[in-house]
This record gives sequence, C-alpha cells and structure tokens, in this order.
Amino acid sequence: MFDISIGHYLTLGAVIFTIGVVGIFLNRKNVIVILMSIELILLAVNINLVSFSIFLNDLSGQIFTLFILTVAAAEAAIGLAIIVVYYRNSGTIRVEEIDKLKG
Amino acid sequence: MSNLYFIIPELFISLSVMALLVLGVFKNNSSKIIFYFSCLIILVSLAINLNINITQTIFLFNNSYLVDQLSLFIKSIILISAFFVMFCSYNYVIVNNILKIEYPILILCSLLGMLVMISSNDLIVFYIGLELQSLALYVLASFNRDNILSSESGLKYFVLSALSSGLLLYGCSLIYGFSNSTNFNEISQNFNFEYGVIFGMVFVIVGLAFKISAVPFHMWAPDVYQGSPTSVTVLFAILPKIAALTVFIKFLYGPFINLFEEWQAIIIFLSVASMILGAVAAIGQKNLKRLIAYSSISHMGYALAGLTTGTNQGIQSSIIYLIIYLIMNLAFFSCLFMLKRKDKFYENIEDLSGLSKKHPILALSFLIILFSLAGIPPLAGFFAKFYVFMAVIQKEMYFLAIVGLLATVIAAFYYLRVIKIIYFDPEQEKFDTSMSLGLKLTLILSTSAILMYFLNPNFLNKYITNILVI
Repeated sequence: MFDISIGHYLTLGAVIFTIGVVGIFLNRKNVIVILMSIELILLAVNINLVSFSIFLNDLSGQIFTLFILTVAAAEAAIGLAIIVVYYRNSGTIRVEEIDKLKG
Repeated sequence: MSNLYFIIPELFISLSVMALLVLGVFKNNSSKIIFYFSCLIILVSLAINLNINITQTIFLFNNSYLVDQLSLFIKSIILISAFFVMFCSYNYVIVNNILKIEYPILILCSLLGMLVMISSNDLIVFYIGLELQSLALYVLASFNRDNILSSESGLKYFVLSALSSGLLLYGCSLIYGFSNSTNFNEISQNFNFEYGVIFGMVFVIVGLAFKISAVPFHMWAPDVYQGSPTSVTVLFAILPKIAALTVFIKFLYGPFINLFEEWQAIIIFLSVASMILGAVAAIGQKNLKRLIAYSSISHMGYALAGLTTGTNQGIQSSIIYLIIYLIMNLAFFSCLFMLKRKDKFYENIEDLSGLSKKHPILALSFLIILFSLAGIPPLAGFFAKFYVFMAVIQKEMYFLAIVGLLATVIAAFYYLRVIKIIYFDPEQEKFDTSMSLGLKLTLILSTSAILMYFLNPNFLNKYITNILVI
C-alpha cells in the first residue's frame, strides 16, 4: 500500500472546493442547493487547514477550523432566514425566477 | 491590561451592542431610543479613538492585532462616516417603517467587524472581522422584509458574498499551509513554497475584490444597491469599501510585499477593468441607485490604481481618493433622501426632471456633486483623481493613466446627462420641503466640503502625509 501524503489531502480539498464553486454557477433549480455548495466550499477549506495543521505540526490551523465551523453555522442560519423571507414575498425559490432586479 | 487600552473603541462598541440588545428586549417601542443611543455610541467611540496617541506601531495579543497610524486614521474616518450615514437616513427609516431595534444594532455590529478587520494582523482575526461585517450586512440588505426587491437583493448579496468569503478562506488556507503561519509578519518572511503562496494570494485578492466590487467581481453591486433600502445602500456605498480597501493595502504591503511583481499585474487589471466597465455600463441606467453603483465601481478602479504604484505617495493618494469618494457619496445620497413626495421616496433619473425650477438649491447641490463625481476642477473629485494620476505617472505607468483619463471622459457623459435632465427637462410636481435637521446638515457640510476643498487641500492632506505604510 502507499502512504497518504499531504498531496492527497490537498487534492481532496481542491476537488470538493471545485464541486462547491461549480455547484453555485451551474445550479439552475433551487437556492437551497446554493447553500449546500457554500457549505461544501467551507468544508474543503477545513480539510485543507486540518491537514496542513497536522503536517506542519502547528495547532493554529485546527483553531482556525473551529472558527470557520462556527461562522459557517451562523452563515447558514442567516442564509436560510433570508430564503424564508424571500419565499414569503415571491412564493418561489427557483434560481431562474430570481430576476426582479435587473437593468 | 496595557493591551486593552488600545482596543477600547472596539470593546466599547461590543459592550454597548449587548447593552442595547438587553434594552431592546425589556423596553417596548424602544427603537427610536436605541437609534439615538447608537449614534451617541459611535460618537463616543470616535472620541476614544481620537484620544489614542501612538508613536510607533503597536502589536497586541501575540502579534495578532496591530494599531498603527493607518488603522487609527481609517477607524476615525469609518466612525465619522457611520455617524453621518445614520444621521442623514433617520427620516427615511422612520417613513419606510424599517426602524426596528435590530436596525441600529446591526449597523453597530458591522462597524465592529470593520474595526477588527482593519486592525487585524492575523488571518484568523481578519476572517472573524470580515464575517462579522458581512453577516450583519446580509441582514441589513434584506431588512425591508415585506418588499420583494429588498429580500431579493439580500439573497443575491448573501450568495455572492458567501462565495467570495469561501474563495478568500481557501486562499487563507493555502497561505497558512505554504508559509507555516497565520501571522502577517511571519507570512512575509517564510515562503516554503512560493507558488503555493502566490496561488493563495490570488484567491485572497479575488475575495477582497468581491468586497469592493471591482470588475470582474462586480455583478452583485448594481442589484444590491437598487434593491436594498436607500438608507442601507448609502452604508454599502461607503463603509465596507473603505474597510476592504484598507485591508487591500494591509495585505498587499504586509504579507505579500515580497510578491510585488506578481500582484501588481493583477491589481492593474482589476483597476483598468473597473474604470472602463463602470464608465460604460452606467450609460443606459434609469435608476439613480444603479447609476451610483456603477459609478462606485469605476471609483474603486481609480482607488486601486493608486495601490499599484508601490510607493507611499500612491497609497496616500488612494486614501485621499477614498475620503473624497465617501464625502461625495454622502452628499449624493442626502440629495436622494430629499426626493420625497407624500411618504414615497423617488429614485429614478426621470423623477429629477426639471428639478431646478422648483428646488433651485437642491438642484445646485446635485450639480456640484455630479460635477465633482465626474472630476471637473476645481471641485474635490478632480483633486482626488489628480493625486492618483500624479502617483501613477511618477512610476511611469502611462498606460494606466491614459486609460483612467479616457474612462473619466466617458463617465462624464452620464453625469452630465443627469444634470441636463435636472436643468432642461420639463418640470414636475413639487417634492416635500420639510426635511430633518440631520439631513440638511449632512448635505450642507458635505457639499461645502466638496466645493471648498481646493481652497486648502492641506486641511485634509496633512493627516494623510504621516501615514507611511512602507
């Protein structure tokens, strides 16, 4: 078998990050999917930070991760609240139909 | 304890936010009182901030927080403009029924985030400040919650800003991994693997460019400016831009100073693209808030141009540009707050037609502000551009200067078009004339500042010449 090096972790992080970013731009259906993509991006960052932290023998990466987890929770809460407010006004959360503002 | 002395403004704001929340819970109908209190809190923290005197850069909390001339000065600017933003929008929030207790508290929270962000000297502290600012701003953008436009703008701002935070964080993680530290001082010293840090730097710059709405990351700005309540738009147009541009200075000339060659090209691209697109895309706009959104995109391009020089003079010219930009925006939005007829605020360009017949003074201030935004001498907007171009030309970056001048000429078209509509188009019904004192005072102060700046530029410039970043 082969050893798992930092490169593997970074590749995993990069793949998840790319899935998250692409998910935001390709998604045409639902705003909730965008929220999930944002969470994916933050999780990719967390994978990066934790693996760096272990390979560098330095604790601050893991502390950073804890901060990011907390902020991500707050961000998701606010995002869901905004989606609820928008749904009450327009009756839909389909991404294609969010187009009242343009010029 | 000596550490705490230098962060009293931040401590004061955070403690008063908690006290105000308690007050809002236990006292019914306390929204107005909380609004007054928060204006007072901003003034007090401004006074505290002005009282902090330092002779050298001070590092706090294991080098994760820093207080220097630049951060103290920008903090004062942010607190002053936050006060005026609240002062001039009081009427608007009352009439539109968005004065809930959360409104001023959220503004204070975002202010606190900006102050932390400006003083940060560590990636973790920087990230916390940035998120505190953005989380409060998401809610503020969608604050008029029964209005579909407001909630849509909140949604758009949330999605794009969260994406930009994600990009920025990914950059932070790479920088941490390849430079072995989250501290700004140490990042600039140890590059284990330079390409990794460059990669991370690009992500961080992209994330910050989102925050100041530089092209090609500007697409949220016009929608959010138009949809959110005008009292929040003025906040968006001023405070986060100052904070984010200061962070740009701190990042570029702090941890990334050794990568000057690499980031200079990126910033030049951002600057040129913003100047051109901001000037061209604003031409067809019908909504004044959309117009000012594109105008602020191009103004950010000019402010970034000063940062590309790598000299103290360039950075100082950018800071002067920012300050004059904020004064012009304050004045413009105070004019916008005056376009009220029977509890309805107007914000389309056609609503301005023939304004000069019935409101000569308002029309005159519009004239001054728009000329200044277009950069016509001897108004303040001209000097802002002049300083930036001087700094750019001294570094022999003629291409940037020429593009900037051309963009100014294009941009002058749409400003002049608005003036033509104000002065030569058929007149309309009269607007209300009874305005709150705060609104009048803000308009008078900012317009006269624009008008009088050329008499004694040193009045402002003397504070900036002792900011030495490099």
